[in-house]
Amino acid sequence: MYRYDDIDQRLVDERVAQFRDQTRRFLDGQLAEDDFRQLRLRNGLYIQRFAPMLRIAIPYGLLSSKQLKKLASIARTYDRGYGHFSTRQNLQLNWPKLEDVPEILAELATVQMHAIQTSGSCVRNITTDQFAGVARDEIVDSFVWCELIRQWSTVHPEFNYLPRKFKIAVNGAVADRAATFVHDIGLHAVKEGDEIGFKVIVGGGLGRTPIVGHVIRDFLPWRHLLTYLDAILRVYNRHGRRDNIHKARIKILVKDRGVDKFREEVDAEWAQLKDGPATVTPEEIRRIEGRFTRPAYEKLADIDYTSLKTPFSAWLRRNVHPHKVAGYAAVSISLKKTGVPPGDATSDQMERIAELADHYSFGELRVTHEQNLVFADVRQAELHGLWLELRALGLATPNIGLLTNIISCPGGDFCSLANAKSIPVAESIQRRFDDLDYLHDIGELDLNISGCMNACGHHHVGHIGILGVDKNGEEWYQVEIGGNQAPASLGKVIGPSFARADVPNVIERLIETYLELRDGDSERFVDVVHRAGVEPFRNHVYAKLDQKPADRRQALAA
Amino acid sequence: MPSLIKNRLIVDKPSPPELVVQPDDDLEALAGRLPGLAVVAVNFPKYADGRGYSVGRLLRERYGYKGELRAVGVVARDHLQLMAQCGFDAFQLREGEDAQAALAGFDDLGEAYQTSAAQPVPLFRRRAGR
Repeated sequence: MYRYDDIDQRLVDERVAQFRDQTRRFLDGQLAEDDFRQLRLRNGLYIQRFAPMLRIAIPYGLLSSKQLKKLASIARTYDRGYGHFSTRQNLQLNWPKLEDVPEILAELATVQMHAIQTSGSCVRNITTDQFAGVARDEIVDSFVWCELIRQWSTVHPEFNYLPRKFKIAVNGAVADRAATFVHDIGLHAVKEGDEIGFKVIVGGGLGRTPIVGHVIRDFLPWRHLLTYLDAILRVYNRHGRRDNIHKARIKILVKDRGVDKFREEVDAEWAQLKDGPATVTPEEIRRIEGRFTRPAYEKLADIDYTSLKTPFSAWLRRNVHPHKVAGYAAVSISLKKTGVPPGDATSDQMERIAELADHYSFGELRVTHEQNLVFADVRQAELHGLWLELRALGLATPNIGLLTNIISCPGGDFCSLANAKSIPVAESIQRRFDDLDYLHDIGELDLNISGCMNACGHHHVGHIGILGVDKNGEEWYQVEIGGNQAPASLGKVIGPSFARADVPNVIERLIETYLELRDGDSERFVDVVHRAGVEPFRNHVYAKLDQKPADRRQALAA
Repeated sequence: MPSLIKNRLIVDKPSPPELVVQPDDDLEALAGRLPGLAVVAVNFPKYADGRGYSVGRLLRERYGYKGELRAVGVVARDHLQLMAQCGFDAFQLREGEDAQAALAGFDDLGEAYQTSAAQPVPLFRRRAGR
């Protein structure tokens, strides 16, 4: 964890007082609803379908057990005893009362948390790889750079009223686990000789116009990071479209200008800022590094669990990940148990998870953009003990990377933007694929669901993506295949949309096609789509859709 | 006439600006006129139109404008601190804003992390000196 100093703390305390006063003025009728909207959004507060929704920032997904206990207590006191972990690595409360929000923010500030800029047209929570600091392919510890950017972006006087929301992702390892190509800005750490720098990717994004980002600089030396960000944001703030909300993201500006012209403009702006006072100093990097708590690793040896054949081994295979320190492992806690909305956790679960983090993982955990949790520093010798505890809490579903590890937005059950529900669709798919052996046989598969084209469920980069659409007031579902997070590719729509009840059948037919076409276990679903194209999948899905899967299986067996 | 706040004081009869900059104006083309001017205004056409913040910084930091820099248009209490950080020292509040109450808006947050027209040295460099 980055531990606040007195200045960081004062800022969040003053922000609470500021919002308390703004809320009071709104409730007194001194502040117009439209104006208050801008202010409350920048403090994470939406007005949703049934109630306000408060999105609490979890900077780069990193949480202490103390903070998680506070979140559990807030969800119990001010909400209905549960929270929803989002794809932005944040926590959403779906039922707080507007007049309680200043108090909630004050409670958050006591554990160095806030909801600053979790919504509104400004720089949002910085996201990163959930294995930052422990991955074997690490280039830099991305948390340090995320914190640097968090401070730079927090109440930036020039960039608080951008044309539209702005999302930045940082990846510090060789593999891109932060989806840097589908963010407004993606930063991917690179090492040239001894020097650390960043590949800078701009203009990617999902939403209604999904675009894979463009590399505008192959190597930006680290000390220029903030001046270069200032330059990009300034070009965007001045020239991004403000006449049409659907054309206002930076990806549209980059597309309209052309990448080369956009890069030229940024470089011209940067030439004026480069080497100025915002140039990052080694002292500041050391200061930030020094304020992060670090696990006191023991000298341990790796344990070989490969010969095991028990339910524990399925969990080891799917939910336990390599660690750069011998004798340790990172563990994914699946929030994707069938029947539970993806990413939801109750206050009781949060408290138990916090206790487990204290016992098993140095009192810290991470929230992943796949809406799961990670204990990053577990002793391998304690994996079995942790598994037993998690299993008792319903948090040991061995499905990380598999079809039932569904990313889903809250959808029409909660969100006023949604065209269709997404949680019941996720559940119906999970129920259809409840056979673990079958699931493991299908192998790696990302299935993502969004309830509308705003794409909060990242359906464009799911190997299978499902999008809720509205057809004459009815909820229908469009299916895409072939999307991928990294290397980024966008899914292709297979054809006309489906009624909700048909969705599990459609998924089953896609899987049948895949199993039929694959060269072997190592060729994943998405690889087959990229090799064979959409056509064979489409043909199988739309052939006699009314036929029951069970009958077809019999027919296939015969 | 809505109230003008200048250097944190309420001014009764402000002089009109000599130049009103629109948020999409080409600043390079205007730059030559700036040295002779005493009052330049920047228009904020909407509550959440943030272009003027960049314009303010550029006029101050890049083009070296030293005179009064006045925010006009939709300017409200909750904008004041950010605008001041971006180099504005005068604020023509929109109709209906309580100028006296708005004065408190300059001091909501005591510190900013970033470089700005008002504080060119970012917090991390000042922290290092502590």
